[in-house]
Amino acid sequence: MTGQLMVKAEGVHKSYGPAHILRGIDLEVRSGEVFCLVGPSGSGKSTFLRCINHLERIDGGRLSVDGELVGYRQKGDKLYELKDSEVAAQRRDIGMVFQRFNLFPHMTALANVMEAPVQVKGESKAVARERAERLLDRVGLGDKMGNYPSQLSGGQQQRVAIARALAMEPKLMLFDEPTSALDPELVGDVLDVMRDLAESGMTMIVVTHEMGFAREVGDSLVFMDGGVVVESGHPREVLGNPQHDRTKAFLSKVL
Amino acid sequence: MTDKLSKDPAPTPSGSGSPATPYEAIKAVPVRHYGRWISAVVVVVLLGWLVYAFSQGNIIWDTVWDKLFDSSIIDGLWNTIIISVASMALGLVLGIVFAVMRLSKNPVTGAVAWLYIWFFRGTPVYVQLLVWFNLSLIFEYINLGPIYKNETVDVMTPFMVALLGLGLNEGAYMAEIVRAGIQSVDEGQTEAAHALGMSQTKTMRRIVLPQAMRVIVPPTGNEFINMLKTSSLVSAVQYTELLRASSNIGSTSSAVMEMLFVASIWYLALTSVFSVGQYYLERRFARGSLRSLPPTPWQRVKTNLTTFKRSPEATR
Ligand SMILES: Nc1ncnc2c1ncn2[C@@H]1O[C@H](COP(=O)(O)OP(=O)(O)OP(=O)(O)O)[C@@H](O)[C@H]1O
Ligand SMILES: [Mg+2]
Repeated sequence: MTGQLMVKAEGVHKSYGPAHILRGIDLEVRSGEVFCLVGPSGSGKSTFLRCINHLERIDGGRLSVDGELVGYRQKGDKLYELKDSEVAAQRRDIGMVFQRFNLFPHMTALANVMEAPVQVKGESKAVARERAERLLDRVGLGDKMGNYPSQLSGGQQQRVAIARALAMEPKLMLFDEPTSALDPELVGDVLDVMRDLAESGMTMIVVTHEMGFAREVGDSLVFMDGGVVVESGHPREVLGNPQHDRTKAFLSKVL
Repeated sequence: MTDKLSKDPAPTPSGSGSPATPYEAIKAVPVRHYGRWISAVVVVVLLGWLVYAFSQGNIIWDTVWDKLFDSSIIDGLWNTIIISVASMALGLVLGIVFAVMRLSKNPVTGAVAWLYIWFFRGTPVYVQLLVWFNLSLIFEYINLGPIYKNETVDVMTPFMVALLGLGLNEGAYMAEIVRAGIQSVDEGQTEAAHALGMSQTKTMRRIVLPQAMRVIVPPTGNEFINMLKTSSLVSAVQYTELLRASSNIGSTSSAVMEMLFVASIWYLALTSVFSVGQYYLERRFARGSLRSLPPTPWQRVKTNLTTFKRSPEATR
Protein backbone atom coordinates (compact mmCIF):
# COMPACT_ATOMS: atom_id res chain seq x y z
CA MET A 1 0.00 0.00 0.00
CA THR A 2 2.89 2.39 0.52
CA GLY A 3 3.31 4.74 -2.40
CA GLN A 4 5.27 7.93 -2.65
CA LEU A 5 5.38 10.59 0.01
CA MET A 6 2.13 12.54 0.41
CA VAL A 7 2.76 14.55 3.57
CA LYS A 8 6.14 15.29 5.06
CA ALA A 9 6.58 17.23 8.28
CA GLU A 10 10.03 18.16 9.53
CA GLY A 11 10.34 19.88 12.87
CA VAL A 12 7.00 21.69 12.60
CA HIS A 13 6.48 24.34 15.27
CA LYS A 14 3.40 26.38 16.01
CA SER A 15 2.66 28.88 18.77
CA TYR A 16 -0.37 30.91 19.66
CA GLY A 17 1.20 33.95 21.25
CA PRO A 18 3.19 32.65 24.19
CA ALA A 19 1.62 29.17 24.04
CA HIS A 20 3.98 26.83 22.22
CA ILE A 21 1.59 24.18 20.90
CA LEU A 22 3.51 22.16 18.32
CA ARG A 23 7.08 21.56 19.41
CA GLY A 24 8.75 19.94 16.46
CA ILE A 25 6.58 17.40 14.70
CA ASP A 26 8.30 14.95 12.35
CA LEU A 27 6.23 12.51 10.37
CA GLU A 28 5.66 11.09 6.93
CA VAL A 29 2.43 9.98 5.35
CA ARG A 30 2.60 7.88 2.20
CA SER A 31 0.14 7.91 -0.62
CA GLY A 32 -2.74 5.49 -0.09
CA GLU A 33 -2.09 5.25 3.62
CA VAL A 34 -4.59 5.59 6.45
CA PHE A 35 -2.67 7.53 9.02
CA CYS A 36 -4.14 7.78 12.52
CA LEU A 37 -3.31 10.53 14.96
CA VAL A 38 -4.16 9.93 18.61
CA GLY A 39 -3.36 11.71 21.81
CA PRO A 40 -4.84 13.43 24.83
CA SER A 41 -6.93 16.56 24.56
CA GLY A 42 -4.87 19.66 23.97
CA SER A 43 -1.91 17.79 22.57
CA GLY A 44 -2.14 19.72 19.29
CA LYS A 45 -3.72 17.14 16.97
CA SER A 46 -6.28 19.54 15.52
CA THR A 47 -3.70 22.27 15.27
CA PHE A 48 -1.38 20.04 13.27
CA LEU A 49 -4.20 18.93 10.98
CA ARG A 50 -5.16 22.54 10.33
CA CYS A 51 -1.56 23.37 9.49
CA ILE A 52 -1.60 20.77 6.72
CA ASN A 53 -4.11 22.77 4.70
CA HIS A 54 -2.82 26.08 5.96
CA LEU A 55 -5.82 27.03 8.04
CA GLU A 56 -3.02 27.79 10.49
CA ARG A 57 0.40 29.07 9.53
CA ILE A 58 3.39 27.19 10.90
CA ASP A 59 6.11 29.13 12.70
CA GLY A 60 9.00 26.79 12.19
CA GLY A 61 10.11 23.71 10.28
CA ARG A 62 8.96 22.43 6.93
CA LEU A 63 5.62 20.99 5.91
CA SER A 64 4.92 19.75 2.43
CA VAL A 65 2.04 18.01 0.71
CA ASP A 66 2.71 16.01 -2.42
CA GLY A 67 6.14 17.59 -2.75
CA GLU A 68 4.87 21.19 -2.46
CA LEU A 69 5.55 23.35 0.57
CA VAL A 70 2.33 24.34 2.30
CA GLY A 71 1.77 28.08 2.16
CA TYR A 72 5.23 28.97 0.83
CA ARG A 73 7.31 28.88 -2.29
CA GLN A 74 11.03 28.28 -2.11
CA LYS A 75 13.42 30.11 -4.39
CA GLY A 76 17.04 29.45 -3.66
CA ASP A 77 17.19 29.36 0.12
CA LYS A 78 14.50 32.00 0.54
CA LEU A 79 10.86 31.36 1.36
CA TYR A 80 8.09 33.43 -0.17
CA GLU A 81 4.59 33.46 1.26
CA LEU A 82 1.92 32.38 -1.18
CA LYS A 83 -0.88 34.72 -2.15
CA ASP A 84 -4.38 33.99 -0.88
CA SER A 85 -5.39 32.66 -4.28
CA GLU A 86 -2.40 30.30 -4.36
CA VAL A 87 -3.17 29.02 -0.88
CA ALA A 88 -6.76 28.44 -1.98
CA ALA A 89 -5.47 26.49 -4.98
CA GLN A 90 -3.40 24.25 -2.68
CA ARG A 91 -6.41 23.57 -0.49
CA ARG A 92 -8.50 22.33 -3.39
CA ASP A 93 -6.62 19.05 -3.38
CA ILE A 94 -7.02 18.51 0.36
CA GLY A 95 -10.40 17.59 1.78
CA MET A 96 -11.21 18.27 5.40
CA VAL A 97 -13.91 16.88 7.64
CA PHE A 98 -14.60 18.67 10.91
CA GLN A 99 -15.72 17.44 14.28
CA ARG A 100 -18.75 19.74 14.14
CA PHE A 101 -19.55 19.02 10.45
CA ASN A 102 -19.69 22.71 9.43
CA LEU A 103 -22.17 22.07 6.66
CA PHE A 104 -23.58 25.19 5.05
CA PRO A 105 -26.98 25.46 6.77
CA HIS A 106 -28.59 27.61 4.07
CA MET A 107 -28.08 24.97 1.40
CA THR A 108 -29.56 21.54 0.88
CA ALA A 109 -27.35 18.48 1.16
CA LEU A 110 -27.07 18.35 -2.62
CA ALA A 111 -26.18 22.06 -2.87
CA ASN A 112 -23.58 21.63 -0.14
CA VAL A 113 -21.84 18.98 -2.18
CA MET A 114 -22.15 20.90 -5.46
CA GLU A 115 -20.98 24.24 -4.08
CA ALA A 116 -17.20 23.92 -4.29
CA PRO A 117 -16.94 22.21 -7.70
CA VAL A 118 -19.18 24.87 -9.24
CA GLN A 119 -17.76 27.89 -7.42
CA VAL A 120 -14.12 26.90 -7.19
CA LYS A 121 -13.49 24.73 -10.21
CA GLY A 122 -16.06 26.44 -12.41
CA GLU A 123 -17.65 23.13 -13.21
CA SER A 124 -21.04 23.14 -14.93
CA LYS A 125 -24.04 22.59 -12.67
CA ALA A 126 -25.04 19.46 -14.54
CA VAL A 127 -21.67 17.78 -14.09
CA ALA A 128 -21.42 18.84 -10.45
CA ARG A 129 -24.94 17.63 -9.73
CA GLU A 130 -24.30 14.29 -11.31
CA ARG A 131 -21.20 13.73 -9.19
CA ALA A 132 -22.89 15.07 -6.06
CA GLU A 133 -25.76 12.63 -6.49
CA ARG A 134 -23.34 9.77 -6.98
CA LEU A 135 -21.36 10.74 -3.87
CA LEU A 136 -24.45 11.16 -1.71
CA ASP A 137 -25.59 7.75 -2.91
CA ARG A 138 -22.23 6.35 -1.98
CA VAL A 139 -22.48 7.64 1.60
CA GLY A 140 -25.98 6.22 1.83
CA LEU A 141 -27.96 9.45 1.57
CA GLY A 142 -29.47 9.12 -1.87
CA ASP A 143 -32.91 9.82 -0.42
CA LYS A 144 -31.90 12.89 1.62
CA MET A 145 -30.43 15.11 -1.08
CA GLY A 146 -33.09 17.80 -0.75
CA ASN A 147 -32.82 18.06 3.03
CA TYR A 148 -31.26 21.03 4.75
CA PRO A 149 -28.59 20.18 7.34
CA SER A 150 -30.99 21.02 10.18
CA GLN A 151 -33.24 18.27 8.85
CA LEU A 152 -30.52 15.62 9.09
CA SER A 153 -29.16 13.66 12.03
CA GLY A 154 -25.59 14.24 13.14
CA GLY A 155 -24.38 11.09 11.45
CA GLN A 156 -26.12 12.03 8.23
CA GLN A 157 -24.66 15.52 8.37
CA GLN A 158 -21.18 14.14 8.79
CA ARG A 159 -21.64 11.84 5.81
CA VAL A 160 -22.78 14.82 3.72
CA ALA A 161 -19.66 16.64 4.91
CA ILE A 162 -17.52 13.73 3.71
CA ALA A 163 -19.29 13.76 0.34
CA ARG A 164 -18.77 17.52 0.14
CA ALA A 165 -15.03 17.12 0.65
CA LEU A 166 -14.85 14.23 -1.85
CA ALA A 167 -16.61 16.31 -4.49
CA MET A 168 -13.37 18.25 -5.03
CA GLU A 169 -11.65 14.94 -5.82
CA PRO A 170 -8.90 15.50 -3.27
CA LYS A 171 -5.68 13.52 -3.13
CA LEU A 172 -5.64 13.74 0.66
CA MET A 173 -8.43 13.71 3.23
CA LEU A 174 -8.09 15.11 6.74
CA PHE A 175 -10.52 13.96 9.42
CA ASP A 176 -10.62 15.80 12.74
CA GLU A 177 -12.46 13.58 15.20
CA PRO A 178 -15.26 13.01 12.71
CA THR A 179 -17.30 10.89 15.10
CA SER A 180 -16.80 12.49 18.49
CA ALA A 181 -19.82 14.79 18.22
CA LEU A 182 -22.09 11.87 17.36
CA ASP A 183 -24.40 9.70 19.40
CA PRO A 184 -22.85 6.23 19.79
CA GLU A 185 -25.37 4.54 17.52
CA LEU A 186 -24.58 6.95 14.68
CA VAL A 187 -20.81 6.46 14.80
CA GLY A 188 -20.91 3.20 12.88
CA ASP A 189 -22.42 4.70 9.72
CA VAL A 190 -19.71 7.32 9.47
CA LEU A 191 -16.93 4.84 10.17
CA ASP A 192 -18.36 2.57 7.47
CA VAL A 193 -18.07 5.38 4.95
CA MET A 194 -14.50 6.07 6.03
CA ARG A 195 -13.60 2.39 5.83
CA ASP A 196 -15.03 2.27 2.34
CA LEU A 197 -13.00 5.32 1.42
CA ALA A 198 -9.83 3.76 2.81
CA GLU A 199 -10.42 0.63 0.76
CA SER A 200 -10.72 2.74 -2.37
CA GLY A 201 -7.13 3.85 -1.81
CA MET A 202 -7.63 7.38 -0.47
CA THR A 203 -4.81 8.85 1.56
CA MET A 204 -6.32 9.76 4.91
CA ILE A 205 -5.08 11.41 8.07
CA VAL A 206 -7.52 10.67 10.84
CA VAL A 207 -7.55 12.21 14.29
CA THR A 208 -9.68 9.84 16.29
CA HIS A 209 -10.49 8.33 19.63
CA GLU A 210 -11.95 5.26 17.89
CA MET A 211 -9.16 2.83 18.66
CA GLY A 212 -11.11 -0.01 17.07
CA PHE A 213 -11.18 1.85 13.77
CA ALA A 214 -7.48 2.73 14.05
CA ARG A 215 -6.50 -0.86 14.70
CA GLU A 216 -8.64 -2.26 11.95
CA VAL A 217 -8.28 0.29 9.16
CA GLY A 218 -5.14 2.24 10.01
CA ASP A 219 -1.83 1.59 8.30
CA SER A 220 0.18 3.63 10.75
CA LEU A 221 -0.49 5.44 13.97
CA VAL A 222 1.16 8.29 15.78
CA PHE A 223 0.70 9.06 19.42
CA MET A 224 1.12 12.76 20.17
CA ASP A 225 1.42 14.45 23.52
CA GLY A 226 2.45 17.97 24.47
CA GLY A 227 3.05 18.96 20.86
CA VAL A 228 5.53 16.21 20.01
CA VAL A 229 5.30 12.74 18.51
CA VAL A 230 5.83 10.35 21.37
CA GLU A 231 5.51 7.06 19.58
CA SER A 232 4.65 5.81 16.13
CA GLY A 233 4.32 2.57 14.25
CA HIS A 234 1.73 0.13 13.02
CA PRO A 235 -1.53 0.64 14.92
CA ARG A 236 -1.60 -2.92 16.21
CA GLU A 237 1.93 -2.54 17.60
CA VAL A 238 1.47 0.85 19.21
CA LEU A 239 -1.94 0.02 20.61
CA GLY A 240 -1.14 -3.56 21.58
CA ASN A 241 2.37 -3.06 22.88
CA PRO A 242 3.03 0.59 23.73
CA GLN A 243 6.66 1.34 24.59
CA HIS A 244 6.33 4.71 26.19
CA ASP A 245 4.85 5.44 29.60
CA ARG A 246 2.76 8.34 28.35
CA THR A 247 1.30 6.16 25.62
CA LYS A 248 0.49 3.46 28.14
CA ALA A 249 -1.16 5.95 30.47
CA PHE A 250 -3.26 7.40 27.65
CA LEU A 251 -4.29 4.02 26.24
CA SER A 252 -5.28 2.70 29.64
CA LYS A 253 -7.80 5.53 29.79
CA VAL A 254 -9.35 5.19 26.33
CA LEU A 255 -9.25 1.47 25.71
CA MET B 1 -44.41 17.58 13.27
CA THR B 2 -47.11 19.62 11.67
CA ASP B 3 -48.65 16.65 9.91
CA LYS B 4 -49.06 14.93 13.26
CA LEU B 5 -51.12 17.81 14.55
CA SER B 6 -53.42 17.88 11.57
CA LYS B 7 -54.03 14.12 11.62
CA ASP B 8 -57.44 12.99 12.65
CA PRO B 9 -57.27 11.91 16.26
CA ALA B 10 -59.93 9.21 15.94
CA PRO B 11 -58.09 6.20 14.45
CA THR B 12 -55.19 5.37 16.74
CA PRO B 13 -52.22 3.67 15.13
CA SER B 14 -52.63 -0.08 14.90
CA GLY B 15 -50.85 -1.99 17.62
CA SER B 16 -51.33 0.58 20.34
CA GLY B 17 -54.44 -1.13 21.62
CA SER B 18 -58.13 -0.30 21.52
CA PRO B 19 -59.43 2.77 19.71
CA ALA B 20 -59.83 5.89 21.85
CA THR B 21 -63.05 5.87 23.83
CA PRO B 22 -65.24 8.94 23.47
CA TYR B 23 -65.12 11.16 26.51
CA GLU B 24 -67.32 13.78 28.06
CA ALA B 25 -65.93 17.31 27.88
CA ILE B 26 -65.51 18.98 31.29
CA LYS B 27 -68.16 21.54 32.11
CA ALA B 28 -66.97 24.09 34.63
CA VAL B 29 -67.71 27.69 35.50
CA PRO B 30 -64.87 29.71 33.95
CA VAL B 31 -62.93 32.24 36.04
CA ARG B 32 -64.45 35.70 35.66
CA HIS B 33 -61.90 38.28 34.58
CA TYR B 34 -63.53 41.45 35.92
CA GLY B 35 -60.34 43.47 35.50
CA ARG B 36 -60.32 42.73 31.78
CA TRP B 37 -63.87 43.92 31.39
CA ILE B 38 -63.27 47.15 33.24
CA SER B 39 -60.10 48.01 31.35
CA ALA B 40 -61.82 47.23 28.04
CA VAL B 41 -64.67 49.59 28.86
CA VAL B 42 -62.28 52.37 29.91
CA VAL B 43 -60.29 52.04 26.71
CA VAL B 44 -63.37 52.03 24.50
CA VAL B 45 -64.74 55.13 26.20
CA LEU B 46 -61.46 56.98 25.79
CA LEU B 47 -61.29 55.98 22.15
CA GLY B 48 -64.84 57.11 21.51
CA TRP B 49 -64.08 60.44 23.14
CA LEU B 50 -61.03 60.89 20.90
CA VAL B 51 -62.98 60.11 17.74
CA TYR B 52 -65.74 62.49 18.83
CA ALA B 53 -63.23 65.27 19.50
CA PHE B 54 -61.77 64.95 16.03
CA SER B 55 -65.16 64.83 14.38
CA GLN B 56 -66.13 68.07 16.18
CA GLY B 57 -62.77 69.73 15.57
CA ASN B 58 -62.33 72.31 12.88
CA ILE B 59 -61.35 69.77 10.24
CA ILE B 60 -62.99 69.43 6.87
CA TRP B 61 -62.80 65.67 6.39
CA ASP B 62 -64.08 65.91 2.84
CA THR B 63 -60.94 67.83 1.93
CA VAL B 64 -58.87 64.96 3.27
CA TRP B 65 -60.64 62.42 1.08
CA ASP B 66 -60.63 64.81 -1.90
CA LYS B 67 -56.94 65.49 -1.79
CA LEU B 68 -55.88 61.95 -0.93
CA PHE B 69 -55.50 61.04 -4.62
CA ASP B 70 -54.61 64.49 -5.89
CA SER B 71 -52.05 64.16 -8.67
CA SER B 72 -49.43 66.23 -6.89
CA ILE B 73 -49.86 64.11 -3.79
CA ILE B 74 -49.39 60.97 -5.84
CA ASP B 75 -46.28 62.49 -7.40
CA GLY B 76 -44.99 63.27 -3.94
CA LEU B 77 -45.79 59.75 -2.83
CA TRP B 78 -43.77 58.37 -5.73
CA ASN B 79 -40.87 60.64 -4.89
CA THR B 80 -40.97 59.45 -1.29
CA ILE B 81 -40.84 55.84 -2.46
CA ILE B 82 -38.07 56.56 -4.96
CA ILE B 83 -35.85 58.47 -2.55
CA SER B 84 -36.41 55.93 0.22
CA VAL B 85 -35.60 52.95 -1.97
CA ALA B 86 -32.62 54.67 -3.59
CA SER B 87 -31.19 55.86 -0.27
CA MET B 88 -31.76 52.45 1.28
CA ALA B 89 -30.02 50.76 -1.64
CA LEU B 90 -27.09 53.14 -1.35
CA GLY B 91 -27.05 52.60 2.41
CA LEU B 92 -27.07 48.84 2.00
CA VAL B 93 -24.17 48.83 -0.45
CA LEU B 94 -22.16 51.23 1.69
CA GLY B 95 -23.09 49.23 4.76
CA ILE B 96 -21.75 45.98 3.31
CA VAL B 97 -18.59 47.67 2.03
CA PHE B 98 -17.84 49.41 5.31
CA ALA B 99 -18.73 46.38 7.41
CA VAL B 100 -16.29 44.24 5.43
CA MET B 101 -13.68 47.01 5.66
CA ARG B 102 -14.24 47.30 9.37
CA LEU B 103 -13.70 43.56 9.84
CA SER B 104 -10.72 43.32 7.51
CA LYS B 105 -7.25 42.68 8.85
CA ASN B 106 -5.97 45.80 7.12
CA PRO B 107 -5.71 48.50 9.83
CA VAL B 108 -6.10 51.37 7.35
CA THR B 109 -9.41 50.21 5.88
CA GLY B 110 -10.58 49.35 9.37
CA ALA B 111 -9.80 52.86 10.60
CA VAL B 112 -11.44 54.49 7.58
CA ALA B 113 -14.60 52.49 8.15
CA TRP B 114 -14.56 53.37 11.83
CA LEU B 115 -14.19 57.07 10.96
CA TYR B 116 -17.05 56.95 8.47
CA ILE B 117 -19.37 55.30 10.96
CA TRP B 118 -18.27 57.62 13.72
CA PHE B 119 -19.02 60.73 11.66
CA PHE B 120 -22.22 59.80 9.89
CA ARG B 121 -23.78 58.16 12.91
CA GLY B 122 -22.64 60.88 15.24
CA THR B 123 -24.20 63.87 13.51
CA PRO B 124 -27.92 64.45 12.91
CA VAL B 125 -29.14 63.47 9.47
CA TYR B 126 -30.85 66.85 9.20
CA VAL B 127 -27.52 68.61 9.57
CA GLN B 128 -25.96 66.29 7.00
CA LEU B 129 -28.72 67.12 4.54
CA LEU B 130 -28.14 70.85 5.03
CA VAL B 131 -24.39 70.37 4.53
CA TRP B 132 -24.93 68.64 1.18
CA PHE B 133 -27.49 71.27 0.27
CA ASN B 134 -25.05 74.08 0.92
CA LEU B 135 -22.00 72.38 -0.54
CA SER B 136 -21.73 74.97 -3.27
CA LEU B 137 -20.92 77.58 -0.63
CA ILE B 138 -17.50 76.04 -0.12
CA PHE B 139 -16.88 74.18 -3.39
CA GLU B 140 -17.87 76.09 -6.46
CA TYR B 141 -16.83 73.25 -8.72
CA ILE B 142 -16.79 69.52 -8.35
CA ASN B 143 -13.52 68.62 -10.00
CA LEU B 144 -12.44 65.04 -10.37
CA GLY B 145 -9.35 65.84 -12.41
CA PRO B 146 -9.63 64.89 -16.05
CA ILE B 147 -12.65 62.63 -15.58
CA TYR B 148 -15.29 65.05 -14.50
CA LYS B 149 -15.82 68.68 -13.75
CA ASN B 150 -19.03 70.56 -13.19
CA GLU B 151 -20.50 73.36 -11.18
CA THR B 152 -21.58 72.16 -7.78
CA VAL B 153 -25.02 73.74 -8.04
CA ASP B 154 -25.66 71.75 -11.24
CA VAL B 155 -24.68 68.45 -9.64
CA MET B 156 -26.42 69.00 -6.35
CA THR B 157 -29.99 68.70 -7.50
CA PRO B 158 -32.52 68.23 -4.71
CA PHE B 159 -32.55 64.52 -5.55
CA MET B 160 -28.76 64.23 -5.26
CA VAL B 161 -28.75 66.14 -2.00
CA ALA B 162 -31.47 63.93 -0.60
CA LEU B 163 -29.80 60.74 -1.84
CA LEU B 164 -26.38 61.61 -0.47
CA GLY B 165 -27.77 62.90 2.80
CA LEU B 166 -30.02 59.94 3.53
CA GLY B 167 -27.88 57.26 1.86
CA LEU B 168 -24.58 58.10 3.51
CA ASN B 169 -26.26 58.37 6.87
CA GLU B 170 -28.03 55.08 6.37
CA GLY B 171 -24.76 53.47 5.29
CA ALA B 172 -23.29 54.09 8.71
CA TYR B 173 -26.20 52.38 10.45
CA MET B 174 -26.27 49.54 7.95
CA ALA B 175 -22.54 48.98 8.40
CA GLU B 176 -23.11 48.21 12.06
CA ILE B 177 -26.06 45.95 11.27
CA VAL B 178 -24.14 44.07 8.59
CA ARG B 179 -21.13 43.75 10.86
CA ALA B 180 -23.26 42.20 13.60
CA GLY B 181 -24.71 39.84 10.97
CA ILE B 182 -21.32 38.76 9.67
CA GLN B 183 -20.02 38.21 13.18
CA SER B 184 -23.03 36.07 14.02
CA VAL B 185 -21.95 33.45 11.48
CA ASP B 186 -20.00 30.60 13.01
CA GLU B 187 -16.28 30.66 12.25
CA GLY B 188 -16.48 27.02 11.25
CA GLN B 189 -18.37 28.13 8.16
CA THR B 190 -15.48 30.24 6.93
CA GLU B 191 -13.06 27.45 7.73
CA ALA B 192 -15.10 24.88 5.87
CA ALA B 193 -15.31 27.17 2.83
CA HIS B 194 -11.59 27.88 2.91
CA ALA B 195 -10.82 24.20 3.31
CA LEU B 196 -12.76 23.60 0.10
CA GLY B 197 -10.50 26.08 -1.67
CA MET B 198 -12.94 28.97 -1.84
CA SER B 199 -11.43 32.46 -1.99
CA GLN B 200 -12.08 35.14 0.62
CA THR B 201 -14.57 36.96 -1.61
CA LYS B 202 -16.42 33.80 -2.63
CA THR B 203 -16.62 32.73 0.99
CA MET B 204 -18.06 36.07 1.97
CA ARG B 205 -20.55 36.20 -0.88
CA ARG B 206 -21.67 32.59 -1.05
CA ILE B 207 -21.36 31.37 2.54
CA VAL B 208 -21.15 34.14 5.11
CA LEU B 209 -23.45 36.88 3.79
CA PRO B 210 -26.40 34.59 2.99
CA GLN B 211 -26.30 33.32 6.56
CA ALA B 212 -25.74 36.78 7.97
CA MET B 213 -28.95 37.83 6.20
CA ARG B 214 -31.02 36.11 8.85
CA VAL B 215 -29.61 38.53 11.39
CA ILE B 216 -29.41 41.47 8.97
CA VAL B 217 -32.91 41.43 7.48
CA PRO B 218 -35.12 42.18 10.52
CA PRO B 219 -33.29 45.35 11.64
CA THR B 220 -32.92 46.37 7.99
CA GLY B 221 -36.68 46.22 7.65
CA ASN B 222 -36.94 48.56 10.60
CA GLU B 223 -34.35 50.81 9.02
CA PHE B 224 -36.40 50.95 5.84
CA ILE B 225 -39.59 51.80 7.70
CA ASN B 226 -37.63 54.53 9.44
CA MET B 227 -36.31 55.67 6.09
CA LEU B 228 -39.82 56.03 4.67
CA LYS B 229 -40.57 58.43 7.48
CA THR B 230 -37.18 60.14 7.75
CA SER B 231 -37.40 60.95 4.05
CA SER B 232 -39.91 63.62 5.05
CA LEU B 233 -36.89 65.64 6.25
CA VAL B 234 -35.70 66.14 2.69
CA SER B 235 -38.59 68.51 2.11
CA ALA B 236 -36.19 70.97 3.74
CA VAL B 237 -33.77 70.65 0.83
CA GLN B 238 -36.34 71.36 -1.88
CA TYR B 239 -37.07 67.77 -2.81
CA THR B 240 -40.82 67.48 -3.40
CA GLU B 241 -41.72 64.30 -1.61
CA LEU B 242 -44.97 63.41 0.09
CA LEU B 243 -44.77 65.85 2.99
CA ARG B 244 -43.67 68.76 0.85
CA ALA B 245 -46.36 68.04 -1.74
CA SER B 246 -48.96 67.92 1.03
CA SER B 247 -47.86 71.11 2.75
CA ASN B 248 -47.64 72.92 -0.60
CA ILE B 249 -51.36 72.33 -1.03
CA GLY B 250 -51.95 72.94 2.67
CA SER B 251 -50.44 76.42 2.68
CA THR B 252 -52.14 77.58 -0.52
CA SER B 253 -55.60 76.27 0.38
CA SER B 254 -55.29 76.92 4.12
CA ALA B 255 -56.03 73.29 4.86
CA VAL B 256 -52.87 72.68 6.87
CA MET B 257 -54.21 70.04 9.22
CA GLU B 258 -56.16 68.26 6.49
CA MET B 259 -53.06 67.90 4.35
CA LEU B 260 -51.03 66.60 7.29
CA PHE B 261 -53.69 63.94 7.67
CA VAL B 262 -53.39 63.11 3.98
CA ALA B 263 -49.65 62.67 4.38
CA SER B 264 -50.09 60.57 7.52
CA ILE B 265 -52.56 58.27 5.80
CA TRP B 266 -50.08 57.63 3.01
CA TYR B 267 -47.17 57.11 5.39
CA LEU B 268 -49.26 54.58 7.30
CA ALA B 269 -50.19 52.85 4.07
CA LEU B 270 -46.56 52.65 2.98
CA THR B 271 -45.26 51.32 6.27
CA SER B 272 -48.11 48.79 6.53
CA VAL B 273 -47.56 47.42 3.05
CA PHE B 274 -43.86 47.17 3.70
CA SER B 275 -44.32 45.41 7.04
CA VAL B 276 -46.13 42.60 5.27
CA GLY B 277 -43.32 42.36 2.73
CA GLN B 278 -40.82 42.26 5.57
CA TYR B 279 -42.57 39.26 7.11
CA TYR B 280 -42.18 37.22 3.94
CA LEU B 281 -38.60 38.37 3.45
CA GLU B 282 -37.63 37.26 6.94
CA ARG B 283 -39.34 33.97 6.35
CA ARG B 284 -37.31 33.42 3.20
CA PHE B 285 -34.00 34.01 4.94
CA ALA B 286 -34.91 31.71 7.80
CA ARG B 287 -34.60 28.89 5.26
CA GLY B 288 -32.41 26.10 6.59
CA SER B 289 -32.11 27.52 10.08
CA LEU B 290 -35.42 26.10 11.21
CA ARG B 291 -36.55 22.55 10.77
CA SER B 292 -39.83 23.73 9.32
CA LEU B 293 -40.75 27.28 8.45
CA PRO B 294 -43.48 28.97 10.50
CA PRO B 295 -46.77 29.12 8.62
CA THR B 296 -47.64 32.31 6.78
CA PRO B 297 -50.68 34.18 8.16
CA TRP B 298 -52.70 32.84 5.25
CA GLN B 299 -51.63 29.26 5.95
CA ARG B 300 -52.52 29.81 9.59
CA VAL B 301 -56.01 30.98 8.63
CA LYS B 302 -56.44 27.90 6.45
CA THR B 303 -55.39 25.46 9.18
CA ASN B 304 -57.57 27.29 11.66
CA LEU B 305 -60.52 26.84 9.34
CA THR B 306 -59.88 23.17 8.71
CA THR B 307 -59.23 22.31 12.35
CA PHE B 308 -62.09 24.44 13.60
CA LYS B 309 -64.36 21.48 14.12
CA ARG B 310 -61.86 19.64 16.28
CA SER B 311 -61.80 22.33 18.90
CA PRO B 312 -61.21 20.06 21.92
CA GLU B 313 -57.86 19.07 20.47
CA ALA B 314 -56.97 22.51 19.19
CA THR B 315 -57.64 24.35 22.41
CA ARG B 316 -55.57 22.02 24.53
N1 LIG C 1 -6.73 29.79 18.02
C1 LIG C 1 -6.11 29.45 19.16
N2 LIG C 1 -5.60 30.39 19.98
C2 LIG C 1 -4.97 30.06 21.12
N3 LIG C 1 -4.79 28.80 21.55
C3 LIG C 1 -5.28 27.81 20.79
C4 LIG C 1 -5.96 28.08 19.56
N4 LIG C 1 -6.34 26.90 19.01
C5 LIG C 1 -5.91 25.96 19.85
N5 LIG C 1 -5.26 26.48 20.92
C6 LIG C 1 -4.64 25.75 22.02
O1 LIG C 1 -3.77 24.81 21.47
C7 LIG C 1 -3.78 23.61 22.21
C8 LIG C 1 -3.93 22.42 21.28
O2 LIG C 1 -5.22 22.49 20.70
P1 LIG C 1 -5.76 21.40 19.69
O3 LIG C 1 -7.12 21.80 19.31
O4 LIG C 1 -4.77 21.23 18.61
O5 LIG C 1 -5.80 20.11 20.61
P2 LIG C 1 -6.31 18.66 20.24
O6 LIG C 1 -5.16 17.74 20.40
O7 LIG C 1 -7.01 18.70 18.95
O8 LIG C 1 -7.34 18.40 21.41
P3 LIG C 1 -8.80 17.75 21.36
O9 LIG C 1 -8.61 16.28 21.43
O10 LIG C 1 -9.45 18.28 22.61
O11 LIG C 1 -9.46 18.22 20.12
C9 LIG C 1 -4.86 23.73 23.24
O12 LIG C 1 -4.26 23.98 24.50
C10 LIG C 1 -5.65 24.94 22.80
O13 LIG C 1 -6.12 25.65 23.91
MG1 LIG D 1 -9.06 18.64 18.33
